Amino acid sequence: MITLKNLTKTFQNTVAVNEVDIKINKGEIFGIIGYSGAGKSTLIRMINLLEEPTSGKVMVNNKDLTLMKKKDLRLMRQKMGMIFQHFNLLWSRTVYENIAFPLEIARVNKNEINKCVLELIQLVGLVGKENAYPSQLSGGQKQRVGIARALAIFPEVLLCDEITSALDPETTNAILDLLKDINEKLGLTIVLITHEMHVIKKICHRLAVLEKGEVIETGPVLDVFTYPKKQTTKNFVKQIQSAEEQELSISHLVKKYPEGPLVLLKFIKDEASKPLISTVIRKFDVMVNILQGKVIQTNNGSYGVLHVQMIGNHVNEALSYLKSVGVIVEVITNETQ
Amino acid sequence: MKLNNIDWNMMFEALKETLYMTLWTTIITFFLGLLIGLILFLTSKKNHLLLKLTNGIISSLVNVFRSIPFVILIILLVPYTKLLVGTMLGPTAALPALIVGAAPFYARLVVIGLKEVDKGVIEASKAMGANTIQVIYKVLIPESLPALLSGITVTCVMLVGYTALAGIIGAGGLGQLAYMDGFQRGRYEITFVSTLIILGIVFIIQLIGDSFTKLVDKR
Repeated sequence: MITLKNLTKTFQNTVAVNEVDIKINKGEIFGIIGYSGAGKSTLIRMINLLEEPTSGKVMVNNKDLTLMKKKDLRLMRQKMGMIFQHFNLLWSRTVYENIAFPLEIARVNKNEINKCVLELIQLVGLVGKENAYPSQLSGGQKQRVGIARALAIFPEVLLCDEITSALDPETTNAILDLLKDINEKLGLTIVLITHEMHVIKKICHRLAVLEKGEVIETGPVLDVFTYPKKQTTKNFVKQIQSAEEQELSISHLVKKYPEGPLVLLKFIKDEASKPLISTVIRKFDVMVNILQGKVIQTNNGSYGVLHVQMIGNHVNEALSYLKSVGVIVEVITNETQ
Repeated sequence: MKLNNIDWNMMFEALKETLYMTLWTTIITFFLGLLIGLILFLTSKKNHLLLKLTNGIISSLVNVFRSIPFVILIILLVPYTKLLVGTMLGPTAALPALIVGAAPFYARLVVIGLKEVDKGVIEASKAMGANTIQVIYKVLIPESLPALLSGITVTCVMLVGYTALAGIIGAGGLGQLAYMDGFQRGRYEITFVSTLIILGIVFIIQLIGDSFTKLVDKR
């Protein structure tokens, strides 16, 4: 659907985006995460050429946008919706008129506009707010208008530029649910950039981690979550682990439970749903003391983390069994210590 | 002061002339200033050589005409006015000078108003595939309308003053009445009443301008 090839953007000697290669499949939600200044805003704005790349290619539906004439590019953009961090609604227009705006630009006739806008107002849950002005809406409602506006032209691609960064956590979740819903109902491809791992975890299928303009890690969300390779990625993954899971408290656990080895178990996808712990207890006659743990639901499977203490004579066998069925086992302390 | 010395018919005629000059110049200044302002705004910060040149030329013309004191501008424009209108006396003859004096001023106010339009909104409309014309009449003008309206109100008030000045060199209107019939003949009641009427006009213009600005501002 979207292929970025060797995409580079330089601003007066500073490289904002450096040789980025990304392939985004049709119908998937692709997340790009990075700290501020990593170049993610520049990157997403190059996908619809709001920012002109210094070099490289932007292919959408096998057409190279960088080679397009202005007029063709405008038509292409009419098929790509974009949602913004600060909503970018026209204050001079009502909710209804804001959603109708892209349709007016595409010169759709009045009757069709009316039908389409009313449907969208229903879809994003703003019935009754048609004639309100943006100044009368809350942040979440404004973003709903932004989403409806982006969807009005039946886009094939939806570009989301930090769309939840100006919203509170509860509203963020509601907006993300809406996006997920839209992705499933309409099957459109969504590219989003964010600095919050929570957003990626909740709705993305695949992600790319951006640092200093370069993609340092990419893959399905679950894989990157379970095996983060680079330090930046690890830091992002830590964002969504609750405070108790941090190393500080783990050293506390080591002191509190000195009897047996303390083990960190990580489950992905299928393993997370199997009753592996009870199997281990029965099969190897060990005592398993669950100290803390949780299962995180992502858009392409669940991912579980469990801190346990194992006491018994067959602990090592139990651990190798767990390894053999695909659980990641990290021994934190040994009983001998 | 003797109010019965005042020829009310003359006063009324003068009022009509003042309103005639103010109204027409305001209307023409609005469109001309908007056009110049839009050109200045759209050609600013562009790298294209031709656009840069256009911006430079128009910008310096605006600055030049804004810097010339209005009384001198009228005198400078006399030959052109004669050519254009056929005479240099009467309200119609004052129109070119009034427009040349006011349009650059309003154009500057238009540029200020357009700069206030949220860059994000302009970007969003470009992301939706809007062309320049659509950006102008669907985004730039509606989103800067309060500034455009309060700007034209200020310009209109200024124009009332300009018409009075033009009156002194024969354009007619309340200014001429106050100066020629009032001041020069020592009939101060005429000057006094003309001034009151001019004040009234200014108040009404400000009132209308303010209420329109308030009406369109949904921020």
